[in-house]
Amino acid sequence: MWFAGVYVYLRPTTLEEALEALYQSRGELLAGGTDFYPSLGERLPAKPIVDITRVRELKGITRKPDLFRIGGGATWTELIKAPLPRCFDALKAAAREIGSVQIQNRGTVAGNLCNASPAADSVPALLALDAAVELASRSTVRRVALQDFILGNRKTARQADEILTAILVPRAVDDALSTFLKLGARRYLVISIAIVAVVLDIESGKIRDARVAVGSCSVRAQRLTDLEQRLRGASLSDIAELAAEQHLKPLSPIDDVRASASYRFDSALTLVRRALAQCAAKC
Amino acid sequence: MDAIGGVLCRCTGYRKIISAVIDAGREQILMSSAPAGTAVGNRMVRLDGLAKITGKEIYGADEIPSGALLLRVIRCPFHRAGFQFGDLEKYAKQNAITCVLTAKDVPGENRYGVIPKFADQPVFAESEARFKGEAVAAVAGAQAAVEKLDLTQFPVVWNELPALMTIDQALTPGAPQLHHGREQNVLVRGRVVRGDVDAALRNAEITAELEVETGFVEHACIEPEAGFARRAGDTIEIQACTQSPYMDRSDIARILGIAEASVRIIPTAVGGGFGTKLDLSVQPFLALAAWKLNLPVRMVYSRTESMISTTKRHPARMWAKAGAGRDGKLQALDFRADFNTGAYSSWGPTVSARVPVHASGPYFVPHYRALTRAVHTHLVPAGAFRGFGVPQMAIAQEQLYDELADRVGMDRLEFRILNSLTNDLPTVTGQVLGEGVGIRACFEALRPRWKAARKEAVDFNSSAQHLRRGVGVAGMWYGCGNTSLPNPSTMRVGLKSDGRIALHQGAVDIGQGSATVVTQICADALGCSIDRFDLLSGDTSITPDCGKTSASRQTFVSGKAAYMAGEALRREILRLVKACDCAKISFENGSVEVHEDKKLHRISLADLPIDKHGYVLTAEATFDPPTRALDENGQGMPYAVYGFGAHLAEIEVDTELGTIKVLRITAAHDVGRAINPTLIEGQIEGGVAQGIGMALMEEFFPGKGENLHDYLIPSAGDIPPIESILIEDPSSIGPYGAKGIGEQAVIPTAPAILNALHDAIGIRLRKIPATPDRVRAEILRCGITGASRG
Ligand SMILES: Cc1cc2nc3c(=O)[nH]c(=O)nc-3n(C[C@H](O)[C@H](O)[C@H](O)COP(=O)(O)OP(=O)(O)OC[C@H]3O[C@@H](n4cnc5c(N)ncnc54)[C@H](O)[C@@H]3O)c2cc1C
Repeated sequence: MWFAGVYVYLRPTTLEEALEALYQSRGELLAGGTDFYPSLGERLPAKPIVDITRVRELKGITRKPDLFRIGGGATWTELIKAPLPRCFDALKAAAREIGSVQIQNRGTVAGNLCNASPAADSVPALLALDAAVELASRSTVRRVALQDFILGNRKTARQADEILTAILVPRAVDDALSTFLKLGARRYLVISIAIVAVVLDIESGKIRDARVAVGSCSVRAQRLTDLEQRLRGASLSDIAELAAEQHLKPLSPIDDVRASASYRFDSALTLVRRALAQCAAKC
Repeated sequence: MDAIGGVLCRCTGYRKIISAVIDAGREQILMSSAPAGTAVGNRMVRLDGLAKITGKEIYGADEIPSGALLLRVIRCPFHRAGFQFGDLEKYAKQNAITCVLTAKDVPGENRYGVIPKFADQPVFAESEARFKGEAVAAVAGAQAAVEKLDLTQFPVVWNELPALMTIDQALTPGAPQLHHGREQNVLVRGRVVRGDVDAALRNAEITAELEVETGFVEHACIEPEAGFARRAGDTIEIQACTQSPYMDRSDIARILGIAEASVRIIPTAVGGGFGTKLDLSVQPFLALAAWKLNLPVRMVYSRTESMISTTKRHPARMWAKAGAGRDGKLQALDFRADFNTGAYSSWGPTVSARVPVHASGPYFVPHYRALTRAVHTHLVPAGAFRGFGVPQMAIAQEQLYDELADRVGMDRLEFRILNSLTNDLPTVTGQVLGEGVGIRACFEALRPRWKAARKEAVDFNSSAQHLRRGVGVAGMWYGCGNTSLPNPSTMRVGLKSDGRIALHQGAVDIGQGSATVVTQICADALGCSIDRFDLLSGDTSITPDCGKTSASRQTFVSGKAAYMAGEALRREILRLVKACDCAKISFENGSVEVHEDKKLHRISLADLPIDKHGYVLTAEATFDPPTRALDENGQGMPYAVYGFGAHLAEIEVDTELGTIKVLRITAAHDVGRAINPTLIEGQIEGGVAQGIGMALMEEFFPGKGENLHDYLIPSAGDIPPIESILIEDPSSIGPYGAKGIGEQAVIPTAPAILNALHDAIGIRLRKIPATPDRVRAEILRCGITGASRG
């Protein structure tokens, strides 16, 4: 925005400065810019910009005794390269399907969550990992489950003065198997028609814990809890057959230029079954 | 492949990019050079290649004259709306804008169009806007002031009106009429009739019928429309990306109400045209503002602006019925198509005229009727897009012939070979070509791969679960140049006193490489190495008219003119020393040597007078392909030369998801003579990529998804290996026998893929593109076994 002819673009290097800048300027955060700029269309930015790509505290992916911490500035490429346990395979597979290498180099995981598109590719995988986000403002730091963070299409629980400082993944199922499947109408640079992520924690041939999440088939990605319930305790053989239409109840797909609602529903079930089968086959 | 996954390309089909990337690390890039007389047929590096890879090339947005104002256009947000302006002067003052332009500021005629007889499009709508995206006003001013504007705040009050969105709505009696004199919103009708189609279909032992619809397709040139204009005294200069400088000149002269000689068009390099840059875009706005303000003015379309306001491929609604004997011989085809031509005429008349001439496909069809209509609606104008309606038509006709072959019980490729047009059989317009009908050779070239691929598919399917493979073939023919209309090209070539050759080459190179091809031809005709050539661009102030870059005419028509001009210059040189035709010429610095038997004439160029063009010798030649008008039944000689070709598509269908993966395309094209095989492969690979897009993913919905992440064009990962097979069955009319390839390349891909889809799982879609949801819905509707779950 122009203030007396001056365009305000701030690039803090510490979290404290960034929070202060955000608060004072009432501006907008800019990370990789891969959602920010396209959403402007032909308009110029209407508010001051706080560029957080240089903020030290937001960088990196770290392993803690009880959780993994994906920094609020970590890019997809960093995530792909990070040494992470098996349960992250689905998230890494999602990362490789975000747009293209060029987009993965710039775009951040936090940006994907804060943008809250119904078709955000990382959300199902993170939901299946029971992830939470850490939000900081000048005065507070709070932790919100991802389920409760994304409220709807482009709506989150983030306050205007908060920065998403980290994505937190509890280390409950490090060794669980995970699979991600994305359906789009072309190979690269494609917004998903349906997304499925599956995490299976397996003990002696039986499913101890199962998490199944579906994206792009409702205003926000959904866990299929009935199906998860059904899967718990089941054996791995013919696992795909356990998924049925009634398990998709949480979904409410829409018709748009990419596909019809009925197709989304139909393909979601196919993807869920395939993801379960592929995940089980890794065992 | 992943490394270029994020790069969209609309021209190359990606394969050549990948091989170039691999080569770049290996060897030095060679510049074009070939001894005199060996340029034609040579895989020469493009003459503009170095400028392109070093970034020195100037595209529409690359030059900004100092002090240039920025221009932006205010466009109608509704499909149809009346409107009234508020206080424009106050708005300009408040926002520090230099001027606001509306229809009132058009000094000449507020009307333009590529075909003068049908010109109907205003620069600015006057009281009613007829499509979403139509211009109603423009603002020009200093960059900072204009960039900052939120154009939704522009003082205009819209009155949304009911809009005609479909062909059916537009044809309904009593529907509002878009243009005076165009009853029922029909812009034009096309018709070609031969023999007695009704009787022939009644008597045919075997018939097949088919209906299919296609949608708007966006050109998606990676370079959006851009340029600048400035006034120099009584002349207006416009530098912009265009496919048709001389047509731009006529329209701008009419809009400004000045003489054509007072308009100078300077075409820049073009980052993709495919037909859409034949029509005016930025030019009239720039010209009006620069003319009025006497200041340079520039503009660059945003992606959305480009998508909502420039022409599209015509949506087509087609019905066809064909008959054959039990012996497999085609007897009759009845074909009907309605094209949604949008709010303004653009190239609607050309599409309606070209399609009936081509709807037989490259086959002998004795009894024939093809009727077309172009119908106005309140949607973005449909215009020219690689093939002028023939790619849509081929989707109907080639699928129909597959059906017919199946009913006859013949192999689909052999059916096509049996029915192929020959040198001696008449086309559906009664033309006997007599030579250069290479379609049968194209089909025969596909035979080995056809047999192998079909066997591989059967083997694969016998053990596959939800995946099914299929193989499809489709043929095409396409007339080069305008349909029964004059379309001359004039080339001027000059010998300079330093011994170099100046070629005034007005055939705008829109990326396909025509500047290189035309020079190759001229060099060999003259007998001079291509290294000696200096190219002058299509600037209308220095270069004669080579017509528009469309209709696959530049190699054929401008190439022929270049050939004639090269030969003429050679004759001029020989005449100077009275040497015979068989003498050899060699070009040196400052001199020319003519070798005749044992005699050697040396011409010192510095001693010769300079002519009015600035050269010691100048030759100019014009070529206009011989055609004859079509009569009321469409009988006559619409084109002097046709290109022929056939594609074979191998695909894999995921029957549970409805997704289609193209595994391989084999493309055989009869190009008459391959002047530059590398550039022809480039056209084929790029054409195939657009054909894949058309078949599988591309459909533009006006008002929805007006950007390149909702509107999908194929990415690098969607294009399979493409094998090009070049057939050279020369036409004596073209230069060295050459025919066109630009549009020919795109036509057979989509029908070949759709035939492969049918081969794989037995479905034919009523609506194209075959998006996953449509394919899956049809699979479920047909209850295809092995495809349903559980
Ligand atoms: C060509 C292209 C292809 C794409 N393909 C895909 C795809 O396949 N799948 C997919 O899911 N997405 C895709 N995207 C969208 C985008 O790349 C991702 O959502 C990306 O992760 C966004 O991250 P970013 O850093 O670029 O966010 P930005 O654009 O910088 O920011 C996005 C939003 O989040 C806010 N924000 C960013 N960081 C923070 C933070 N730390 N705290 C609080 N707010 C923050 C910003 O203020 C802004 O509102 C694509 C985008 C493009 C341009």
